[in-house]
Amino acid sequence: MMPTPSFNRSLWAFHFNSGSCNGCEIEIVAAITPRYDPERFGIKLVGSPRHADVLVVTGPVVKKMKDRLIRVYNQIPDPKLVMCVGTCGISGGVFHTSYNLDGPVDEVIPVDVYVPGCPPRPEAIIHGVVAAWAKLERLEGGSA
Amino acid sequence: MSGEKKAPYIVPIGPTHPALKEPVMFTFEMDGEVIRDVDFAPGQTHRGIEWMGMRRNPVQIVHLTDRICGICGVSHTLAFSRAVEQVAGIEVPERADYIRTIIAEFERIQSHLLWAGVAAHELGFDSLLHLTWRVREQSMDVIENLTGNRVNYALVQVGGVRRDIVPEQHRIIEDCLSTYEGLLGKLLDLFLHDKTIAMRCRNIGFLSRDDALKLCTVGPTARASGVNVDLRQDYPYCAYGDLDIRAILPDQHLGETRGDVYDRIVVRLLEVGQSCGIVRQCLSEMPAGEITAEPKLAKLLAICKKARGEAIGRVEAPRGECFHYVMMDGKESPVAWKVKASSYSNLMSWIPMLKGEQIADIPIVVASIDPCLSCTDRVAVVRGGSRSILSKDDLHRLSVEKTRRMQQ
Repeated sequence: MMPTPSFNRSLWAFHFNSGSCNGCEIEIVAAITPRYDPERFGIKLVGSPRHADVLVVTGPVVKKMKDRLIRVYNQIPDPKLVMCVGTCGISGGVFHTSYNLDGPVDEVIPVDVYVPGCPPRPEAIIHGVVAAWAKLERLEGGSA
Repeated sequence: MSGEKKAPYIVPIGPTHPALKEPVMFTFEMDGEVIRDVDFAPGQTHRGIEWMGMRRNPVQIVHLTDRICGICGVSHTLAFSRAVEQVAGIEVPERADYIRTIIAEFERIQSHLLWAGVAAHELGFDSLLHLTWRVREQSMDVIENLTGNRVNYALVQVGGVRRDIVPEQHRIIEDCLSTYEGLLGKLLDLFLHDKTIAMRCRNIGFLSRDDALKLCTVGPTARASGVNVDLRQDYPYCAYGDLDIRAILPDQHLGETRGDVYDRIVVRLLEVGQSCGIVRQCLSEMPAGEITAEPKLAKLLAICKKARGEAIGRVEAPRGECFHYVMMDGKESPVAWKVKASSYSNLMSWIPMLKGEQIADIPIVVASIDPCLSCTDRVAVVRGGSRSILSKDDLHRLSVEKTRRMQQ
């Protein structure tokens, strides 16, 4: 039995570090390891943006990473979603006064799901993925 | 084919690459499968933290230092607080010193376990990654219990710590320590007696003792090459002076020191056991008393505002020596603040390690020094909209000029 149409396929995420402090990175990895184990629902990190449905962005987008972020975003096939993990990607956070930021993330690429926290707990990150899944379902419902 | 040599070809890796957890740009000059030369360009996570810090007051900076690096946040806050305390002449209560030691050691435990998992992942041994990260969660639970947060604990404050450890928490800590001491044998067995890991790590990423000394390598990377350095032993701070700590070198366990990736695994895993011992000793010897020299932040800021002078704070982070220089001049924010993170000293050791290895060894060799680029990236300069990376000579010249300026 298929609960919803989006369970037709697994949700794969590509993680992009745009100058984060690593706090969100380790919480993202903690979220995919056995205690939380979202891989049983097919959610996993992939090595190439071309395989991904969701772009998970951490960090406040430092100037050097802006072009790379746009390139990676363009490499992801449609329909795609962007998830911004961590306060510094949402608003700049503690780094808001820095001279080297081109962020926050939503000034560079469109963001669909925001996961606040510095860093957010693994539960919050998984909740964000679920929200992204629901949105992807709506997007696909329109086209399919 | 004639005997003519083909020109070496260039393989760029990064800044975004699945084998790299953090953005750094490598350029490899290859001859077939063998790396002939390597260059790297950090700077992709430069956020200008020192610049921001010089516009904030010490209490605000403490929370900024936490976010220099999400893994070794305590080391940075501790090094910064110790520097400010020396400038302002603040005496830290003894109990706070013990609590700082306990949280610093828990940070080392979780950081080394995290690294062990990443190393296993880089070798393609994902079941070991999941095992180490599962056992790591217990230390995260204890840290959350002690500080209220899993990452970026904000426990250390200038003058002391922000939360006490109450007797009810001793049992939780003790549970965690005994689990880890029980697991350590299993982890050592899995990592050291596994054929795959030995095959991929023995005699790979070699760093000789001479090179380690010449490149000013610090922390487990230096110790794995047989250099006997550990700030906790050489320049004890916090409660480490009361404890008997000896640097862990691979020959204590294996009988010899080779300075390869395998030795780095040995050092880090044995340090997990050492940290468990330190936490236990701290818990039993912790004196009663205050946990901060000045609980009122407004008063603390007034003390810092009057302070004049300069000081350094040095802390043995999980990756090696973390160094903060602070100069205060009777103003709200410091006049100068310089951070030298442990990975900054260790990055150059990549070059002798990677030369002569194969492409497939790049991930594990790069991971073997436990690089932390968010700690390191603070040399890029922006002036008038155009950005440039300064050469060593330029930096030296600027540094001399700045010293002169501050002497006036």
